[in-house]
Amino acid sequence: MTTPLLSVRDLRVSFAAPQSKKWPWSPAKRVNAVNGVSFDLPAGKTLGVVGESGCGKSTLVRAIAGLYPPTSGDVTFDGKPVDYTNRRETNALRSRMQMIFQDPIASLNPRMNIREIVTEPLRVFRPDMTAQAQKEAVRAMLDRVGIAERNFNRYPHEFSGGQCQRIGIARALVTEPDILLCDEPVSALDVSIQAQVINILKELQKDMGLTLVFVAHDLGVVRHISDEILVMYMGGVMEHAPAADLVAAPQHPYTKALFSAVPVPDPKVTTTPEVLDGDLPSPLDLPEGCLFQSRCPRRMSRCATTRPALRHVGQSKVACLLYEPEPAAI
Amino acid sequence: MSLLSVQNLNIRFSTNDGAVYAVNDVSFDIAAGQKLAIVGESGSGKSQIALSVMGLLAKNAQTSGQVMFDGHDLLTLSNTEMNKIRTREIAMIFQDPMSSLNPYMRIERQLGEIVEHHEGVRGAAQRKRVLDVMDAVQIPDAKNRLRAYPHEFSGGMRQRIVIAMALICNPRLILADEPTTALDVTVQAQIMKLLDEIQRDMGTSIVLITHDLGVVAGFCEDTLVLYGGRVMETARTEALFEAPTHPYTRGLLRAVPNITDPSETLTSIPGSPPNQMKWPEFCPFAPRCPDAIAACHTTLPVLENGRACIRSVEEIA
Amino acid sequence: MISPKKALSSPETTTALAEQMIVSRSFWADARIRFFRNRMAVVSIFMLFCLVLFAIFGHALATWSYEEIDWSLLGKIKTEGGPSLSNGHYFGVDELGRDLYARVVQGSRTSLLVGFIAAILAVGLGATFGAIAGYYGGRIDQIIMGAYNITLSIPYIIFFVVWQAFFGRDLIQMILVMVIINWTAGLLIVRGQVKMLKNREFVDAARMLGMSDFKIITRHILPNMLWVIIIYMSITIPETIMYESLVSFLGVGIQEPNTSWGALISQGAGTMTFGTLWQLAFPAIFFVIAQVSLYYIGDGLRDALDPKER
Repeated sequence: MTTPLLSVRDLRVSFAAPQSKKWPWSPAKRVNAVNGVSFDLPAGKTLGVVGESGCGKSTLVRAIAGLYPPTSGDVTFDGKPVDYTNRRETNALRSRMQMIFQDPIASLNPRMNIREIVTEPLRVFRPDMTAQAQKEAVRAMLDRVGIAERNFNRYPHEFSGGQCQRIGIARALVTEPDILLCDEPVSALDVSIQAQVINILKELQKDMGLTLVFVAHDLGVVRHISDEILVMYMGGVMEHAPAADLVAAPQHPYTKALFSAVPVPDPKVTTTPEVLDGDLPSPLDLPEGCLFQSRCPRRMSRCATTRPALRHVGQSKVACLLYEPEPAAI
Repeated sequence: MSLLSVQNLNIRFSTNDGAVYAVNDVSFDIAAGQKLAIVGESGSGKSQIALSVMGLLAKNAQTSGQVMFDGHDLLTLSNTEMNKIRTREIAMIFQDPMSSLNPYMRIERQLGEIVEHHEGVRGAAQRKRVLDVMDAVQIPDAKNRLRAYPHEFSGGMRQRIVIAMALICNPRLILADEPTTALDVTVQAQIMKLLDEIQRDMGTSIVLITHDLGVVAGFCEDTLVLYGGRVMETARTEALFEAPTHPYTRGLLRAVPNITDPSETLTSIPGSPPNQMKWPEFCPFAPRCPDAIAACHTTLPVLENGRACIRSVEEIA
Repeated sequence: MISPKKALSSPETTTALAEQMIVSRSFWADARIRFFRNRMAVVSIFMLFCLVLFAIFGHALATWSYEEIDWSLLGKIKTEGGPSLSNGHYFGVDELGRDLYARVVQGSRTSLLVGFIAAILAVGLGATFGAIAGYYGGRIDQIIMGAYNITLSIPYIIFFVVWQAFFGRDLIQMILVMVIINWTAGLLIVRGQVKMLKNREFVDAARMLGMSDFKIITRHILPNMLWVIIIYMSITIPETIMYESLVSFLGVGIQEPNTSWGALISQGAGTMTFGTLWQLAFPAIFFVIAQVSLYYIGDGLRDALDPKER
């Protein structure tokens, strides 16, 4: 097996919750957004990250990008561990790792025109390039995402959401990074436009040999673009499997419930969504055992005390005690 | 006899930059107990249709056409007359449950106020009505949660309360504007199931306004597809998904990534949504249509046999 | 399917396309057009411009200096000290027989100088602290907000009197003390704007480019909230002139022989009962013109710049 381009080990991210403070000087409680995520991503592949709102999927990619400092855990990029406290190292990483965002219009500075927006990364990361070469590169990149040159002097609000997202893609890829982090890039777009953006991403991935981390809550979209899928719940990984296997045979009770609830655009298919009762645990005060125990239809007594680790079940990796043998009674 | 009949509805907004033609010549009927889906992408005018039925359009809107309900044209009614119809006869469910609820009001008051205002029901009778409707939307432990505030509920529970607010006066028609868009899939499935049960038990008609074809497929008998403020196609849901006859519907269905059938590429619809600053003189979908011919850019197709396209089904097959 | 349009890359089409480049107006060009469409604002700009010219060059038209006492009128100010073209006292004389026209020029100069400089410095200072507090948050925010609350709780007139008792009452001290009292102007609103903008995704995108905090604030955040600062400044300038006039009216501001609108109004009001109404009227008219035009300019700026107004 080749060395993965991106490797994440037991990544944790927590934030201070200032509202929880009794006195201005007392320590704040921590919101645990990401709780021990590990995965390896080989070059040229796409990892999809799915989960419901608040599961920490956006925080995970932002932590990998260094936008939020990880609380603990290791990120290894291209064989070298990344030190996010070192500014130069982080910036070196970012010249090879870029990101696109959820809200296509809000991710572009409204006071800059399209040319300025897409040129900016080159000015920062490629100061060696001449102005003419930069201009050429910007034109070529915007051309690839289908923005005609006569529009380069216009401002973001004059474009539709889909066009803005394509401009965002151009900004992220103009410096030719190795890996692109996509934080719900199509959630805010209409179906017909969503397909355009996904197709452009796939096309660029093939042409540029990009590695993608693709976050979304729409399982259909993730299934379509990903090679492997990571299912998250309350900041933890529930299941990590090749996309086809995950859809064909979900293993984890949460994944099963999630897939049963996906509406299928075919009236002949009757879906029977599995109902999840129970409340989500508070991220301020996570349970000791399995993160999913409060809503799990197949809860057992030891779920309350043991947090399952990811273990191989066929092609998949599942974090569930159902697949872990009962420890021998002493 | 249809319950609600919308005839040649036009909605235009005057803005500083000129007029915006949001809804153009839309007609449809809903029978009692029917479930109709209005499907469209953002800017297709689907929400504006619901708002015009409720008489809640923004001040700069001008309407023409007819919205007949119970022998009245709702477009011509005064606000006081509309107030008698809103909630009692036609209720609306909005997309964002949190902004539909008053954060400073307990649930009991929030729901009770509606029956008090519309039917003058107070005291113990009011409490009974509130508890009944909370049971109907399956809020567990309703009795103990009467005195809770909206923020004490989860997103799915809040949407149930919003549905309860719509149901409490037993309306004959419910307009649900993207009722599950703000919710997670697992919760969405529960809410759609709830709406389905309510419709079956109470015989209420439901208009489901959504952009999500998956939600439509599992819920509505009939579907209306809007684009650029015009009806593109209307048909029985099963027929529509089985054999869409309009190029836009076809494109839309092909663009949805289907989880059960992963094909290699998604067929996207090229181009951008139409500019609605001009009165459409030809088919609004023509600039993006794979089957468009020269005539499509000059003629405005009328809705015939449930489709608005000048080319025949055989021609574009 | 969107496929990269290969044809676009050929040089001929590029030049052809460059010619039909769509040039759209930037936010500021748009705002300028909207501002000049507002008649009251344009008239006010003109009025203010005249006032500034008057304050700078008004002395050239005066036949008397502001310190000279016209001994010939002393004792008969009530009857002969009124406005007159023949003796060169266009606005009459004050109770000490000094030329009121020259005094008003002098006062306008002081009031406008204090108003503009103090307001600009104060808003600049407040905006800087607000931006720092909003961007970094946490402990720094707590400290700045603490200082803000303390400043608000100081009764400014008492502070004024005490300051001047220690440091004197000249123009520089006046401006300085105005800045110190007013530094909170704009702090809160800038802090709020920065807090909101720093969570927008284009700021994250800028951080993904490894830009320094200073560059992110100046290049990405500031241009998006400059309109707030400008509007706030247009409110703070008349407010500062008002403050200055108020303290001068109360007799703790600008000291003789220098004067300001407030001091002149105070003197005029003092002698009003003797029937020398012009001593009150002229400084008051100038004061009101300045306030009203600044108000309308602020209003026009708000209409032109605030995105919600559109």
